[in-house]
Amino acid sequence: MAAKIIVRELTMAYGHLVVMHDLNFEIDDKDIFVIMGGSGCGKSTLLRHLIGLQEPAKGSIFYGDEDFTASDADKRSAFMKRFGVMYQSGALWSSLTLGENISMPLEESGKMNAASVREVVAYKLALVGLSGFEDFYPAQISGGMRKRAAIARAMALDPDILFLDEPSSGLDPLSSRRLEDLILGLRDSQGSTIVIVTHELASIFSIGTKALFLDTATKTQGAIGPPCELRDHSDNPAVRLFLNRGDTPATPPP
Amino acid sequence: MPAKPHPPPSAAWKQDGEELTLELAGDWKRDGPEVKVSGKPLDSRLPTFYNLNQLGAYDSSLPAFLFAHFRSIASSEKDKTEQPTLDGLPAKLRGLLALALAVPEESGTSLPTDADSVLGKLGLMTLSFFGKVQSFLEFAGLTVLSLARFCMGRARFRTSDFWMVLQQCGADALPIVALISFLIGLILAFVGNVQLTHFGANLYVADLVGIAMVREMGVVMTAIIMSGRTGAAFAAQIGSMKANEEIDALRTFGFNPFDFLVLPRLLALVLMMPLLTIYADVIGILGGMLVGSSEGIPPELYWNETLASLDMTNSSLGVIKSVFFGATIAMSGCMMGMQAGKSSAAVGEATTQAVVASITAIVVLDSAFAAIFTLLDI
Repeated sequence: MAAKIIVRELTMAYGHLVVMHDLNFEIDDKDIFVIMGGSGCGKSTLLRHLIGLQEPAKGSIFYGDEDFTASDADKRSAFMKRFGVMYQSGALWSSLTLGENISMPLEESGKMNAASVREVVAYKLALVGLSGFEDFYPAQISGGMRKRAAIARAMALDPDILFLDEPSSGLDPLSSRRLEDLILGLRDSQGSTIVIVTHELASIFSIGTKALFLDTATKTQGAIGPPCELRDHSDNPAVRLFLNRGDTPATPPP
Repeated sequence: MPAKPHPPPSAAWKQDGEELTLELAGDWKRDGPEVKVSGKPLDSRLPTFYNLNQLGAYDSSLPAFLFAHFRSIASSEKDKTEQPTLDGLPAKLRGLLALALAVPEESGTSLPTDADSVLGKLGLMTLSFFGKVQSFLEFAGLTVLSLARFCMGRARFRTSDFWMVLQQCGADALPIVALISFLIGLILAFVGNVQLTHFGANLYVADLVGIAMVREMGVVMTAIIMSGRTGAAFAAQIGSMKANEEIDALRTFGFNPFDFLVLPRLLALVLMMPLLTIYADVIGILGGMLVGSSEGIPPELYWNETLASLDMTNSSLGVIKSVFFGATIAMSGCMMGMQAGKSSAAVGEATTQAVVASITAIVVLDSAFAAIFTLLDI
């Protein structure tokens, strides 16, 4: 299976402050790839690098065979149309209704007529369980609903790759579970590759197919692999400690 | 029965050979008297024993005192591995201190402070000034590019947004512009009338108010009102969108945030400022007319005198300036919003900076215009 996203020797920095260095990993087609690590380790920064909002201090990001980092603005813009991004805060455009939030990318991206746009908007909102909320403004709905609406907007243009930044943080367990079911459903039915930034263990184990651990102490990647395998057999004690909530044997079991 | 007196808190260090005992006594309360410390050893050392026979009640001030001592020793010694002994302390206090000492102090977390020396401060100010000039030039360049895209029909923004901004900085601003302009016309006429009456030339109040309004006061007052009203609103709107990652969201959908947010605001204000200026001029003249009529100048005569004093050149100067002032206000507001930090405090700061920057720029520009018009003998 061809790797969809390949990251090579990536160093992320704010000015002279290096956040993470020498990241090397691959994300395959239809993976639910989890970027995990402690608070402030650079998970969201890595996501911003993957979607082109921040430039690497060093290294490259490839999408298929194309070098995303080296591409010019036009080419990059074409790449970005294949992405759907849900931001940590939702980032719904607050002056627009939920319906308008989803319809704006649709209207601007093609020549769909108004009736078709309305149908797609209704369908996307129904996918995330928000049927009938088209005319509500983001400020008029709850935090969990905002997260779901943000996912609906991220899916507006049927992206190949869906990036979700802390989708279940701050949600009650039931809403969180519904969101996970939604993510699995999207992967299975739409065939999207999904990249999730999270530090919620329940989500990591229940939906993640591959996980990358960012180690704050060494400022580089601690481990990569299926989450359950990392929890039980990783040779990096920091990874086992993280995935077992601090309860871990000193050495990995054989 | 009288209340039991609270003995003052004290800490006494007693050295006996190699052993160092810390005697803690009295009531350690946040709102109590100051702690008396005596006999502190010259070399920083950890206590080996505690004497708590005289210790009364205590709150967080006691563990805070001990913690500060332990941390000061840890930071002064290279070998930070030595853990202070907590034996002999009450169990509750021991638990709290063990909790506080469990994670060592993170090094390198202190933020860089500003330079202390005058030369250093001057250097920082110079760098900051050049940084601001550079970011302004960059923003101006992006504005020109965005306008070029607009002229070629390649700039994308929502027309509904444009109409909304047009209404906000046009029709919605009419009442406040009318009030201020009317009062300015009134004030000019009052002041002029007092002086001109001495010469029996109070009819020329109409000339004074007319020329002052259309050349300077109409456009400058409108620009100042719009800086406080619309420039601040632009900075706040765009700044809060930035704090909420809404601008990033625009970018990932392939929208150019500059075309989407700055362009409609710039176009709307550049279109509306000349109209608002003409409106302010007329209202200001009406204010002067009110004073004139109260001083015995018939409105018709006042109006005719005003028309006689104004020619096309005079009348168009303010309107020409208003286009530049409109662009300045929109650019200041949008620039401060786009450059705002990602917090609510940063949005407030951006709003203030937008107003200060645009008012300063308006006054500087107006002075430049005055110099140019004088040189051109207009």
